[in-house]
Amino acid sequence: MGELKLMKGNEVIAHAAMRCGCDGYFGYPITPQSEVMETLMLKKPWETTGMVVLQAESEVASINMVYAGASCGKKVMTSSSSPGVSLMQEGITYIAGAELPCLLVNVVRGGPGLGTIQPAQSDYYQTCKGGGHGDYNLIVLAPASVQEMNDFVDLGFELAFKYRNPAMILSDGAIGQMMEKVELSDFKPRWTDEEIQKISGSWATTGKTADREQHIITSLELDSESMEKINHRIQAKYRKMEEEEVRYEEIQCEDAEYIFVAYGSSSRICQKSIEIARAKGIKVGLLRPITLFPYPTKAIAKLAERVKGMLSVEMSAGQMVDDVRLAVNGKIPVEHFGRLGGIIPTPDEIVEALEQKIIGGK
Amino acid sequence: MTEEIIIAGFGGQGVLSMGKILAYSGVMQNQEVSWFPSYGPEMRGGTANVTVIVSDNRISSPILNQYDTAIILNQQSLDKFESCVKPGGVLLYDPNGIANPPTRKDIKIYKVEGTEEATKMGNAKTFNMIVLGGFLKIKPIVKMENVQKGLEKSLPERHHKLIPLNLQAIKKGMEVVEEVK
Repeated sequence: MGELKLMKGNEVIAHAAMRCGCDGYFGYPITPQSEVMETLMLKKPWETTGMVVLQAESEVASINMVYAGASCGKKVMTSSSSPGVSLMQEGITYIAGAELPCLLVNVVRGGPGLGTIQPAQSDYYQTCKGGGHGDYNLIVLAPASVQEMNDFVDLGFELAFKYRNPAMILSDGAIGQMMEKVELSDFKPRWTDEEIQKISGSWATTGKTADREQHIITSLELDSESMEKINHRIQAKYRKMEEEEVRYEEIQCEDAEYIFVAYGSSSRICQKSIEIARAKGIKVGLLRPITLFPYPTKAIAKLAERVKGMLSVEMSAGQMVDDVRLAVNGKIPVEHFGRLGGIIPTPDEIVEALEQKIIGGK
Repeated sequence: MTEEIIIAGFGGQGVLSMGKILAYSGVMQNQEVSWFPSYGPEMRGGTANVTVIVSDNRISSPILNQYDTAIILNQQSLDKFESCVKPGGVLLYDPNGIANPPTRKDIKIYKVEGTEEATKMGNAKTFNMIVLGGFLKIKPIVKMENVQKGLEKSLPERHHKLIPLNLQAIKKGMEVVEEVK
């Protein structure tokens, strides 16, 4: 690991992509994530690592370029913000259906519709509960710092290839736009053709040779019996992820009587709220899901056995709170607090919500 | 040590770059830093602000509603952020264009004639560095040698010839800042 830099979250996504051996980035500009492609265009990785960077004519085109690159066993990615990611949903479910690995980045802004360009977390349902049609899930990583914007690019690709499933970094305008200290990953070379053959040779369209059958990449299977089998195979991967890939962080939970559940930038603000609340004598801790799918259901259920209540803090009207309630299963009160449309809650507001909705509400 | 700062003014005044230089100076002395800008549809003449935190410890929230120090460069920002300074905190402002000066009695108020001194120096763009100098006189949270390194890191190489001028402006700010009683 190298020198410490001060960088925006979005810039870091670009640097991490170049350093992790990414083969191609296909995107279309949209605030608040445009710095990803701007940084790539400025750094011209096609002259150094050979990575392709292409501005597509729309998000619909860029996700289909990702679909094509992924079919060849290449490490490919795109990034966008909420309205752009909505446009990509068809491509995303096709990629999930065809069981292809790729990395998607959503730097979420306030919706619905074109909404605002300010930070929000109102795409949780879209990201974790479908978005596109059919029974599929994305592997969802929620960075809470600029450092994690670096770390999760490599991790996202690793998990995507391990499970042959698209991975998404669900960030937001605050993490994308803010600068923090970051230690960028070391450079890894792009995979050679031989390496791709070794890693993905059993399925990727690398060019048919005489000694093997054709590889056909498709999400179409008109025979229902076969399609059910494919679905069962895909579902089995999700169950395995739920067993093996759950990631979360517990902060000051040991002696906590109350718990904030929050991811991404909300989890950072909650840490300040913990300082404020504890100064008032309220014992509160934080459970921060790092993977939103698979979700840390068991960890939340375990905490529910010994705390008095939980507050799900999200910059949304209450989406992740559903998963907290499912995990808690009625044992203790679970409420939601959030601001909408691009407004970031203040640490004081969150403490007040805890006092009113959970402590005073019991 | 944790210093939570809001810098607010017009777009084009160098609000964001002042914050970046301060944050990079913190990085240079191995502190934790965060820099969170308002990034609305801002433009030259609109309002811009940035929250900068420099700390010896891991930074919890990069987004705040109470600050140890507010560095204020126009009237709108003064109206918005005067009430957000923690009791006992610091408000530093450039009186140029301020019709209604701050009135709080429970904080320390300082002024720095950034606009005027920059004009005297013959380079209006040094304005933000004069104000930064004023802040560093009141709260010497980063060493001058690290500010110099911070400038080297945050300015593109083609502008490195301007670093001595920027340092001179910071020193000028340190000289001219004064407490308003």
